Parts: sequence; structure tokens; C-alpha cells
Amino acid sequence: MTMATNETEETGGRNDSEPLISTEVTSSETGRGSRADETVLETRNLDVYYGDEQALQDVSAEIPEHKVTAIIGPSGCGKSTFLRSINRMNDQIDVARADGEVLFHEKNVYDEDVDPVALRRKIGQVFQKPNPFPKSIRDNVAYGLKIQGKEVTDEAIERALKQAALYEEVKDKLNSSGLDLSGGQQQRLCIARAIAPDPEVLLMDEPTSALDPVAASKIEDLISELAREYTVVIVTHNMQQAARISDKTAVFLTGGKLVEFGNTNKIFENPDHQEVEDYITGKFG
Amino acid sequence: MSTDTDHGLEITGDVADDQRRDRRIRRFLFGCTSITVLTTIAIFAVLFDNTWGFFFDATFSQWVRTSVLNLGVEGLTQRVSFIEFFTDTEWRPSHADDPRYGIPTLLAGTLLITVGAAFLAIPVGTAGALYLSEYASVRTRKYLKPTLEILAGVPTIVYGFFAVSFVTPVLLRPLLEIFGLSIGRNNALSAMVVVGVMTIPMVMSISEDAMNAVPDELRNGAYALGASKYSVSMNVVLPASISGVFASYILAVSRAIGETMAVTLAAGATANFTGNPLAEVQTMTAYMVTSARSTALVGSITYQSLFAVGLALFLITLVANLVNDYVKRRYREVYQ
Repeated sequence: MTMATNETEETGGRNDSEPLISTEVTSSETGRGSRADETVLETRNLDVYYGDEQALQDVSAEIPEHKVTAIIGPSGCGKSTFLRSINRMNDQIDVARADGEVLFHEKNVYDEDVDPVALRRKIGQVFQKPNPFPKSIRDNVAYGLKIQGKEVTDEAIERALKQAALYEEVKDKLNSSGLDLSGGQQQRLCIARAIAPDPEVLLMDEPTSALDPVAASKIEDLISELAREYTVVIVTHNMQQAARISDKTAVFLTGGKLVEFGNTNKIFENPDHQEVEDYITGKFG
Repeated sequence: MSTDTDHGLEITGDVADDQRRDRRIRRFLFGCTSITVLTTIAIFAVLFDNTWGFFFDATFSQWVRTSVLNLGVEGLTQRVSFIEFFTDTEWRPSHADDPRYGIPTLLAGTLLITVGAAFLAIPVGTAGALYLSEYASVRTRKYLKPTLEILAGVPTIVYGFFAVSFVTPVLLRPLLEIFGLSIGRNNALSAMVVVGVMTIPMVMSISEDAMNAVPDELRNGAYALGASKYSVSMNVVLPASISGVFASYILAVSRAIGETMAVTLAAGATANFTGNPLAEVQTMTAYMVTSARSTALVGSITYQSLFAVGLALFLITLVANLVNDYVKRRYREVYQ
């Protein structure tokens, strides 16, 4: 296996011969909890504009490693924009512009010398609508490995599919098209595709909103598992979901402002801001 | 049921008028659509009828009228054997002593130029389409796409003139001289070049439409994995749009097969069974232009040969269209 690369070593590493999500991280002397406050991603005074329109205003947040951070807020509040500014997917939009800093391991990703292609190899993303390539299931998972110059092995593909809790359902048809799967399976295939090259952070943009409740709950279960190995940042419009699966919650409200950011329990039980409480209790939004 | 209850649902008055108008409009629209179908059928009928007259001593309709309907069915005298038509490698219909009618000669000219043109148009067209769809800025595309469509609208005789006055003397001849080769005023190579250039916009424009139809979600999925633009173009966009891209190739090829004025001017009027691009060749279409203007008597073999060649062309392009249709259905990707 060539999956173990230098960037995972600093985060405790994992034993790659272990096919299922292992307790490796926990057993490597620390455990998930004790690393709680190590920040992997941080934004400082981040403003994002689409043309003349400001989508994010002065957003500063610290995203802890190996935790699930949920981003909630009403439509158009900049949740997705925030996510897209982390892995610079906004670069794809001609009119998008970012001011301020997004620090990944204390390096500003908007610095001149940062290559967005290299950045995205460390920060994977899963989209709202399942978007498997019109290729076989195997080729979908292998794509990321292939373009990142990593070896494509049956084990690597199996491992990614197992981590995405899809392996049992597709192990006999790895060569059939990814488009033939159901919506929920497609989304898990996209998760497998994103984690196969072993990123550090996984960004998820409303990954369950296009799915039925059963498929959605499978993905929710999966997310908590994934947090053992990856730092997960998930945008959701579903507050129960945020409450169920996240450790930290960021609440964006209209105008692209981050109003409150803290432990999920605190946000849902006793938020500091009246607007946040109004939003969470459904009085607004 | 009593009829005196006024439920207002009968077909009377305004409602009836509306329905009559709907039927009239329907018939009118159907009529417009039928024109194209009827024209195709009529063209095929005329070609078939006269092609019969090329092989035998009467056209199909003459034969039916005189022999079959009067029931004095007479045997047909065959003027040109099918074997000669399909296998002879000479085409000289107006030769006084020994006229020969081997369509492979003209077919070779057509295929030579079509293949040569495809070698130019397909790679350049596909690369250009990828540029327009994946690399060009919105602004660049805004100006380039219409320019392409203008290029596609240049009358083909202009290309033919361009071949004779520029491509052959200024471009090809000095270039070939370096290798010690010479070409005449008319040659297949210059026709390949201009037909290739002529079909590039078609490949580019149709392929670009197909690439544009690939959903952005797929591109984003690849970019988010850290794919380079090149990888997204070659491994995601191109495979996902392959049915449309392939369709553009087939359309370009059938356009090259049917191309007439440019090849008549550029490639010449000497039927030549050869694969040598430096030679003068005559394509099926070029033969038709030349002989349609000649003084051959209506009803003579030379005159009727026009229709035989025409029918062959018709069938070739028909097959190309069927292939196109099949490919489209077979390889189309369905996105929800």
C-alpha cells in the first residue's frame, strides 16, 4: 500500500492495511478528544464577493481537526460560499473574489505560491447533488488516485468503498456504471471517490438534501465515522442533522455574517445571540 | 340524461371554432413537415428511375409504361454491367471507342479527399472545441463562437478558388519542392486542405455544444479532487460528450463526401484510381458538376451516368446518417 503519505503522519497516521475504519487514531496514544483544539483550518476576516455582491462578511472561524463542524443558516446566507472558499472552488467562478485569509495549517491558501490543484488534493469535497462520473464504479473511485499520481490498487478501492459503507452493495459490480446506482449509493460513491486519495479535510455541501430519509440517515451515520480520520465540514439546512452529527456549529445569518460559532450543544441549547435562538427555534429563516 | 341542463360542456360555439382552428393549424404544420419528406422521396425516385436507365436501355418508368403495363414484357438490354460499374477502375464515360464506367475510380477520389480532410478537421476541431468549452474565458468564447459560424457560412466555391490561387501555388508547391516533389495546378492534397479547413468549424461548433451540455457538477467533482484542467477536459468532459463529438465527426465526413465546388476546382476533372494525394483526382460530385454542364444528350449513357453516381452518393450519405443516429443512441449518457 502506498496510501500512507507524509501528510497523514503528522496527524497520527493510520494503518492502511486495516480495511475498515479502525480505532487506530484513538489507539495512537491520544484519541479523538484530546486533539480537540488543534486547529486545522482557520479563516480570518474573510470577505467573498460575487461581482458587486458580497456573499461573506468578515468571517473568522477556527475549524478543529477530526471533528464534524456543521454550518447552518438560511438560504443565501453564504454557507456554500464559505465551503467553496476553503478549497478555492470559487476560483472556477469568474466573478468571485476573496479578501482576508483562509489558513490551512497556518498557510494562507490565497497566497501567490499556493496551487489550488494541490490544495484540493488535501481538501476533498462532496456536493449537494450526487455527481458520479459516467464511468464504472471502480473508475470513479480510482479517478482521484490516478490524477494524484497514486497507485490504483484493488485494496485502495476496496478500502475507500468500505469507508463509505458502500462496498457490500457494489462489490460484485465494480465494473458497472456509477450512474446505475440509486441516489444514496451514488452519494456514497462520491464520498468514496473523495476519500480514496486520502485528503485531510472533507467538505460536504448539503450531502443529504437530494436524498430520501433512509439514504440520508445512512450518510449521517457515515459522517460520524469519517470524523475519526478526517476533519469534516458540513453545510446543512437541516438543523436536526447538525445537532445530531456535529461537534461544532457555525451559524450564518443573512448578509453572509458568521453570527455564532461554538460547541453544538451550546448553540442548540443556549446560544449567546437572540437571532441565533430565533433561527434555531424556527422563528426566523 | 336530460339535455336541458346547462352544464356548458357541449362542443358548440366558441369551443367548436377553436377546435376547428386547431385542426386547420395542425394540418398546415403537418404539410410543412411533409415537404421535406416528400422531397427526399422524390429525389430518390428520380435518381432510381434514371439510374435504371443508365444500366438498361430504358428508364424504370419507361420500361414499366411500355413493357409491363402493355403486358408485352420485353427483356431489358443491359448497357452497363453491374460488375463493371462496381469493380472497374477506369471512369471515362465520354470516350469514343472504349467508354468505361467503374465507380471505384470516382469513389477513390472522394474517399481520398474525405479521409485527408478528416485527418485535419477532426483533431483540430476537437482541440478547438475543448479550448472553447474548457479553457477560453467567457469573453473569448463570446467572440470566437460567432466567428466560427461565419467561417462555416463561407460559400464553398470561395474555398475552391482559395485552393487554386493560394493553397497550391503559395503553400504546397514551395513546401513540396523542399522534398523534391512537384504538384500540378489540380491535386487532391489542396482539396484535402480546404475541405478540412472548411469542416473544422462544423466539428468545433457541434463538439463544443456537446461539451457545454456536460453538467458542471461533473467538472466540479473532478476539480474538487485536485484535477488539472487538462485532466478534466480529457478524462471527464470528452468521455461524457463523446456521442455528440462523434456526431460532429460523422456530419463533417458526410459534408466532405458531398462537398462539390471546392473539390471540383481544387482536385480537378481527371478520374484517377489512386491514393496519391499529389495526383489530380475527380470526385463523384466533381464528375457530376462537370458532366452536368457538358453537351451529353439526354438519355445517353453519359447523361444517365450522372444519376447513377448521384444515387451512389445519396446512399453513402444515407448510411453515414444512419451510423450517426445509431452512435447517438448507443453512446448517449443520461444525466438526471
